[in-house]
Amino acid sequence: MGDLIDLVLLAMLAITALQMIFLKDLFAVVMLFGIYSFLSALIFINLDAVDVAFTEASVGAGISTVLMLGTLALTGRKEKKSSHSSILPLLVVCITGAALIYGTLDMPPFGHPNNPIHEHVAPRYIEESPKEIGLPNMVTSVLASYRGFDTLGETVVVFAALIGVLALLGVRRQEENDVPESGFKAHHVLHVVARFFIPLIILFALYVQFHGDFGPGGGFQAGVIAAAAFILYTLVFGLSRAFAVVGPKFLQALASIGVLLYASVGFFSMYKGGQFLDYSKLATDPIVGQHYGIIIIELGVGITVFAVMLSIFYAFGSQAERSNIQ
Amino acid sequence: MMTGFYIVISANNLVKKIVGLNVFQTSVFMLYISMGKVNGGTAPILVEGVTTYSNPLPHVLILTAIVVGVATTSVGLALIIRIKRAYGTVEENEFENQDDAI
Repeated sequence: MGDLIDLVLLAMLAITALQMIFLKDLFAVVMLFGIYSFLSALIFINLDAVDVAFTEASVGAGISTVLMLGTLALTGRKEKKSSHSSILPLLVVCITGAALIYGTLDMPPFGHPNNPIHEHVAPRYIEESPKEIGLPNMVTSVLASYRGFDTLGETVVVFAALIGVLALLGVRRQEENDVPESGFKAHHVLHVVARFFIPLIILFALYVQFHGDFGPGGGFQAGVIAAAAFILYTLVFGLSRAFAVVGPKFLQALASIGVLLYASVGFFSMYKGGQFLDYSKLATDPIVGQHYGIIIIELGVGITVFAVMLSIFYAFGSQAERSNIQ
Repeated sequence: MMTGFYIVISANNLVKKIVGLNVFQTSVFMLYISMGKVNGGTAPILVEGVTTYSNPLPHVLILTAIVVGVATTSVGLALIIRIKRAYGTVEENEFENQDDAI
């Protein structure tokens, strides 16, 4: 049964991807990319990776698609006909594909419990993490505690991306322009529905943030979902009113606070006599210490991801608004 | 995966190239996640009475990779916006004529 679902999903995935090649309307291409992300999230669920599916659905299908649409608003939605032939790229792709398929012939059998990937640290994580960390969700335990260094690195990368985007685009504070309200902003239905939904989305984000230790979820997903709530607000009520709610300067401060919160947990555990990011020293009982550590660093990750995603959206949005005025 | 790669090589439009790159990336994620699957296992969240779990390690790696992926995508898109502003086009084959004008 599971195989059948996989097969159908993979076939749909292939059709979506192939269609992307032939379409010249970039708006449709981006929407297909959103569908592609959702389909791959479904496949991840089928492969037992619920956390990954969650992230892919919120990040890949949500934020990436929004940012690409924001870019299209500035660059135009039509792709021009290409003049050069497509035979050489096709040849290169076929050769690479054949080489990769040849490589997969050596792969161990799919889903076999004795595959090499399940031999080294993975059994230890599965057997010891409930005892050492005491959290049901092993992905959170590994992410936040055993591989806390990695996650700190990712958070810094996300922060660095914010710096890059701001250096390239910058957020300009709009003076209240007297453009007549139009489009989205004039629809009363959208206003009412958005007012109803935004608190629910934020509530869900908080649930994902703090329940991530027990079920699928965590800081990355929660940050993105919270950012989605504010992006909805911005789309419906306009950029200048969104700036009044959370200003870009405040968000930039928030992004750095998240990273600092994460790093300071590491230094605090050093101060307590442990190693960097060794949460066991945070409380007298090591398991309680682990819980404190994981909650705080997940909060740091959540704050940073939320602030970075929303700031990036502001940067794209203010560019689009500027070009509309010109 | 090959479709994503094909789009990256053959597309003229830079936005479409980024879409292709993302398709490429998602398929690589799928390879990793499929390696972590164990037959008869469940999602790696502790439940009483279940002893077989899928491997949590690839899940962790890919989870963070997705977030880093969106971060790099956004930087790429920001670059495209700047290119559009500087050259007035995002079609690759139209740049050559304009390079002399600088």
